[in-house]
Amino acid sequence: MNFVDNPGKLRGFEKSIKVEKVSRRSILKGLGITGGFVLAAPVMSRQAFAYETGAGKMPHGVVVDPRVFVSVAPDGIVTILAHRSEMGTGVRTSLPLIVAEEMEADWSRVKVQQAHGDEVKFGNQDTDGSRSTRHYLIPMRQIGASARTMLEQAAAKRWGVPATEVKAVNHEVVHSASGRKLGFGELAADAAKESVPSIEGLKLKDPKDFRYLTKGQVGIVDLHDITTGKARYGADVRLPGMKYAVIARPPVTGGKLVSFDPAEAMKVSGVEKVMEVRGWPWPSKFQPLGGVAVIARNTGAAIKGRDALKLVWDDGPNGKYDSVAYRKELEEASRKPGLVLRKEGDADAALKGADKVIVGEYYIPHLAHVSMEPPVAVADVKGDKAEIWAPVQSPGGTREDVAKTLGIPEQNVTVNVTLLGGGFGRKSKCDFALEAALLSKELGAPVKVQWTREDDLHNGFLHTVSVERIEAGLDKSGKVIAWRHRSVAPSIASTFAAGTVHQAPFEIGMGLVDMPFEIANISCENPEAAAHTRIGWFRSVSNIPRAFAVQSMVGEIAQATGRDQKETLLALIGSPRIVKPAVKDLWNYGEPFDSYPIDTARLRKVVELVAEKGEWGRQVPKGHGLGIAVHRSFVSYIATIVEVAIDDKGKLTVPRVDTAIDCGTYVNPERIASQIEGAAIMGLSLAKYGEITFKDGKVQQKNYDDFQVIRMDESPLVTNVYIVPPGPDTPPSGVGEPGVPPFAPALINAIFAATGKRIRSLPIGKQLEA
Amino acid sequence: MIKVKINGQEQSWDGDPDLPLLWFLRDEAGLTGTKFGCGQALCGACTVIVDKEAVRACITSINDVAGREITTIEGLHPNGDHPVQKAWRQVDVPQCGFCQAGQIMQAAALLMDNPKPSHEQIREAMSGNICRCGCYQRIENAVHLASTGV
Repeated sequence: MNFVDNPGKLRGFEKSIKVEKVSRRSILKGLGITGGFVLAAPVMSRQAFAYETGAGKMPHGVVVDPRVFVSVAPDGIVTILAHRSEMGTGVRTSLPLIVAEEMEADWSRVKVQQAHGDEVKFGNQDTDGSRSTRHYLIPMRQIGASARTMLEQAAAKRWGVPATEVKAVNHEVVHSASGRKLGFGELAADAAKESVPSIEGLKLKDPKDFRYLTKGQVGIVDLHDITTGKARYGADVRLPGMKYAVIARPPVTGGKLVSFDPAEAMKVSGVEKVMEVRGWPWPSKFQPLGGVAVIARNTGAAIKGRDALKLVWDDGPNGKYDSVAYRKELEEASRKPGLVLRKEGDADAALKGADKVIVGEYYIPHLAHVSMEPPVAVADVKGDKAEIWAPVQSPGGTREDVAKTLGIPEQNVTVNVTLLGGGFGRKSKCDFALEAALLSKELGAPVKVQWTREDDLHNGFLHTVSVERIEAGLDKSGKVIAWRHRSVAPSIASTFAAGTVHQAPFEIGMGLVDMPFEIANISCENPEAAAHTRIGWFRSVSNIPRAFAVQSMVGEIAQATGRDQKETLLALIGSPRIVKPAVKDLWNYGEPFDSYPIDTARLRKVVELVAEKGEWGRQVPKGHGLGIAVHRSFVSYIATIVEVAIDDKGKLTVPRVDTAIDCGTYVNPERIASQIEGAAIMGLSLAKYGEITFKDGKVQQKNYDDFQVIRMDESPLVTNVYIVPPGPDTPPSGVGEPGVPPFAPALINAIFAATGKRIRSLPIGKQLEA
Repeated sequence: MIKVKINGQEQSWDGDPDLPLLWFLRDEAGLTGTKFGCGQALCGACTVIVDKEAVRACITSINDVAGREITTIEGLHPNGDHPVQKAWRQVDVPQCGFCQAGQIMQAAALLMDNPKPSHEQIREAMSGNICRCGCYQRIENAVHLASTGV
């Protein structure tokens, strides 16, 4: 891993901090630590920073209050709540680290405690959309600064000196004039009696004094537990008297159980019960699909019992879903005009008058998340109360859905968030927790519902399948004068509303209508596509097909004009400017456009940086090729160069990957690097192997043997990451997802450079072997 | 009655002899460090060491390991300071961490067999263990570090 020299500067936060005044009285409401400094009473922070984010518009907004997030015990241990879910991004470390930094806590004396699902208390907890740092950098700094101020005030009172004369330094408050010092623990009880300072008056640390932020020196809090087997994931929860369950679900989305025979299953040693699970009609949102549950004394017996069930299903309206036929439908739809979403100039006329028209029709199939930990949840329902332990990305949403499903009040539901063994969007949907809740209610005992890998593939919420057709019109000089992009794909909205045939605003805003090129005539269209399976969010979502198509087309234009890929890309991006697409209510990842514009200067910068550091244009051996791609997503800018090597049998390897990311102001460069390294692997997986296919309504893949992902022997030999130093006032932006989209097109452009073969259909599979 | 020794402790089982070792470890013995990822020996998340060999617990029945000595992640080192574990922490390998117990057990078995593997040998030996987060570069470096002294 390589970093661009750390800027060490996070300027601009101290300016224009404004928030409405809220009366704050000391309400002692605990985290269970007695005798300490325990704070409560939520305070909303809106527009409190130099820049505005979309955080306040998320359900339940942001809570900025040290009483909710911080406690100090008399022994000095500072406990900080992590209210977002940890699925590998490092957020369970990064957000508490921000609080610790601002409050001058010594990280070695900080304990991180996972918050349960309660958005009224903690603010929005939905850990997806690459939002955590983006939405919480400033609120967490304010929380830390509030706690620090209260400790300083308590010390000043104790010594009878003005608060301005004391300062918190490394877990104690010091009065330098007299040399007196008091540890945080000694001040805890007094600090708890201090009123919470107004956010307006808070003094945030000067970034040059940061000890932890931007340094990348702090390991994740779960590192030791992970390496010793102590880390607790959803499947690791064990309760006294707990039963183990697996469920046979309808093999076709929208299918129903007709009948079942439990006799053989009941003969399996360890099986205790076979029972029907309630299902919801399609589109079923996050509700369970229903089926038959086998309850046993351990998971192995439950699986064996399920194998022995005799089941009869009615496949319902999607029983004919067939990937080969559906692809043809999408291709045909892409060749006809569709709903026009962005229109600038007259693309139709410009294409007709163009000297040359390049057409690329790109296919990107369904993909499955296959997080290493398949969906799993434990529920204990007693009367009108429910407690859940689950690896969920949205604990607040899970709480709400469990309450609705069981018909009990939300305050009677406790959702404990375990570590997530990967999420990638799958665990934003809490169907597995709802299944456990339904079973526990009926059995009157705690239940663990374990999905097998086959269940995960057969009954998931898949990434959409799409045809992206781009027509680029060139004038005699080779300049692109027309751009028509038709994107055809079933929408995630189809999982919520029957009859959905168009993409939702949050999907069209992912690389279709926000296309940043400087072209006079643009048409972005969305022909209709109906869904025949559950479609859901998959890491970086619609940016995968869009970046693949757009950045492949850049390669095709370079190819057609005989120009360098990078120069062609920069020419298309055009002058440094703010792009304002002619789109009504442009969706900008939920962020205000003023704080997070489409800035081509930043887009150019990552291209130039990766080209410089990644030695674009270097001589590579025969059979090797370089490809480049850039994409803005989750309001971050990422460019990737891939070096590929293809041997004479068509075997593909990746000797080197270079990626530059501009994610604005950042917290932990070390975890940014790990996310980008991982994104290259995920990008390579989907490009080389990723494909879920349907026949007779059923997913044809079963496990990691036929839905392959990259293993170590095929992984890139070296992945280098370069982080753009943020400018003053640059708001933080996404990291978890944006690394994925540019990888596949950079790889495909590299394959063209190496072999002269242009791949337009993913996965690559055996296409190079022909 | 099947008897096995797990992390130095005698354990017995009088249920289904075909029960996969994985579910015995996790659900019956309460050793949840060994993970379920695929059930078909495709991902390596359930890797344990039987005598001196890395074994996939998901396709190994409890009967298959009768009378043998099993080491799980919990028993690799009393303080979690096996060179592989230390190297893992030094290189900050994990993202979500779910596959890492299996990766560490596989790496520990590799180093028992070949104390100084080349990078190519590491990549080959570790290829049965999937990491969906994509920590391979760091896993490779951590195994190398463990083999050269942490």
